[in-house]
Amino acid sequence: MNQNKKGNGMLSYLTASPYILWMIIFIIVPLAMVAYFAFTDSNGQFTFEYIKSVGQYTNIFIRSIWLAAIATIICFLLAYPVAYILTRLDKNIHSTMIMLVTLPIWMNFLLRTYAWMTLLGNNGIINSILGFIGLGPYKLLNTQGAVVLGMVYNYLPYMILPLYTVMIKIDKSILEAAQDLGCNGAQVIFRVVLPLSVPGITSGITMVFVPAISTFIISRMLGGGSNLLIGDLIEMQFLGNSYNPNLGAAISLILMVIVLIIMTVMNQFDGDDDKVLI
Amino acid sequence: MKKTIIFLTCAITAVSLFSGCNSAPETSSITLSDPEYYQKFKDQDMSINVYNWGEYIADGSEDGIIDVNAEFEAATGIKVNYTTYATNEELYAKMKGGGADYDIIIPSDYMIARMIKEDMLMPLDYDLIPNSKYVMDTFQNPIYDENNAHSVPYTWGTVGIIYNKNLVDETNIDWDILWDEKYADQILMFDNPRDAFAIAEIILGYSLNTEDPDELRAAAEKLKEQKSLVQAYVMDEIFDKMGAEEAALAPYYAGDAVTLMADYDFLGFAVPESGTNRFVDAMCIPKTSQKAEAAHMYINFLMEPEVALANCEYIGYSTPHTAVYEQLDDEVKNDGFSYPSDEYLEEKTTLFVNLSDEANQLMQDLWTEMKSSN
Repeated sequence: MNQNKKGNGMLSYLTASPYILWMIIFIIVPLAMVAYFAFTDSNGQFTFEYIKSVGQYTNIFIRSIWLAAIATIICFLLAYPVAYILTRLDKNIHSTMIMLVTLPIWMNFLLRTYAWMTLLGNNGIINSILGFIGLGPYKLLNTQGAVVLGMVYNYLPYMILPLYTVMIKIDKSILEAAQDLGCNGAQVIFRVVLPLSVPGITSGITMVFVPAISTFIISRMLGGGSNLLIGDLIEMQFLGNSYNPNLGAAISLILMVIVLIIMTVMNQFDGDDDKVLI
Repeated sequence: MKKTIIFLTCAITAVSLFSGCNSAPETSSITLSDPEYYQKFKDQDMSINVYNWGEYIADGSEDGIIDVNAEFEAATGIKVNYTTYATNEELYAKMKGGGADYDIIIPSDYMIARMIKEDMLMPLDYDLIPNSKYVMDTFQNPIYDENNAHSVPYTWGTVGIIYNKNLVDETNIDWDILWDEKYADQILMFDNPRDAFAIAEIILGYSLNTEDPDELRAAAEKLKEQKSLVQAYVMDEIFDKMGAEEAALAPYYAGDAVTLMADYDFLGFAVPESGTNRFVDAMCIPKTSQKAEAAHMYINFLMEPEVALANCEYIGYSTPHTAVYEQLDDEVKNDGFSYPSDEYLEEKTTLFVNLSDEANQLMQDLWTEMKSSN
């Protein structure tokens, strides 16, 4: 018995080894390099200077967290009903509906964001339509609202999919039992489905919040370049006027720490054992 | 609305176009000054890596204009691996980051100076570039590269103001129009500190290459004043935004203005009377290149009059090539901004030089602060 268990362990190590190797080369080593650059200067000497100087960009950090949080909440509010309705649909049309949900991500990310520029512009489609009924033009592009819109549009499928995956696994008989015991429709959703879908909620939030907080192209294209986010700041250290990889690494490291803290807090709400890992 | 549809159609067709036939012609169809010279590496299965700006070489996509890289392959048997970058800083970061193996790069003046200072460029062997005789006198021995030891000029131009004739009625357009409240929210601005600071520095009467911290701070203050009037800080998005009449005014490079004005009648371009930045993009060979001789051959090929003419027509930037300039239409020569008078170039334009690390860092910090201020 013991031997058998050991054999299984060996086997699982063996089958996991390609991914472990991948992880070491492409995740662990780069992370170590980011940390190394963050704590050294251009001559390779140990220093805290760059980590300290990140403090001057606090307002950019706050703006990024704020916009990413709003985008995540909107994504959740939009995605939750959609995911729930999907699970209630007939099995035969499930795959079609899921395909439609993922359809936008088939197209290139940049192209999708670029398209919003032509939609939101002063002479864009939305303002033209509003113009027909005598409204506007409104300043839609180059605002923080446009940045949030871009985030929601681009990351919405990443919220719907994990929610759907968790919800589809909820046993129908539990819902029926709740109804039998006198729950009305709203109570079934808020007191049964919602608690059971918490793992999906946390992974959905992670998958939207993390890319949203570090994006730079959305804020550049839709924010008009004056709504700087952390991603823009990091990019500027590498492709800006002064080439400063150490500061860029320091900002990235602090961003990772912030994301880690937020995610840890998030996971406190998710006491369930069978977490959905990303 | 039409524009969006066109855009989407373009996007879709672009995918199919790129996968379209790209095979090199068997033999070169152009006249070469010395066909023998290009035979050296024939049948050696050699390849060189060329790293250039986007949309910065004739690629055969327009009728009647040759595909330069395919012609080079046909003439020399050397395969060209061609990739592009969007900014000098991106090029620099790629080279600094290591792992880059380029044989030809085409940076701008100040970046060439920086690369020379950091010993990243190979001194050129002019015996291998006989066509360098075509470089105009004005472009020889520039301040960024003494005696052109490391670079051969490829294109040049000035920075000016693209304006929408329907929305701007001033006739005498100068830099201060970008601070005019009449055009609030109709102004686009450079999304890179060096070009943006240059405009503020001209208005304040400073040198475009100032390293004085007080002057840099004053320039940043000037840019901050302008911020509430600026619709967006952009680079190549200018093409779409000016084309769709989203904005009235945008500072940009003369060569791109030529391209834009060919598509949109309502756009004009002004070279400000008070002076401007003149830039030169020049061909260089990184020190790390293992195929220096083939790289020299590529530079010489780009200087072939027929090739240089095709590039000049395709790119729209001004040429430093004597034989090409002679063949240009008078219309282009006299459009008022592609080839300003020698007097204007001499007295009113300045080339960027490389700034000290401290000045670059300060400019970057001030720029970040300006952009993230409310």
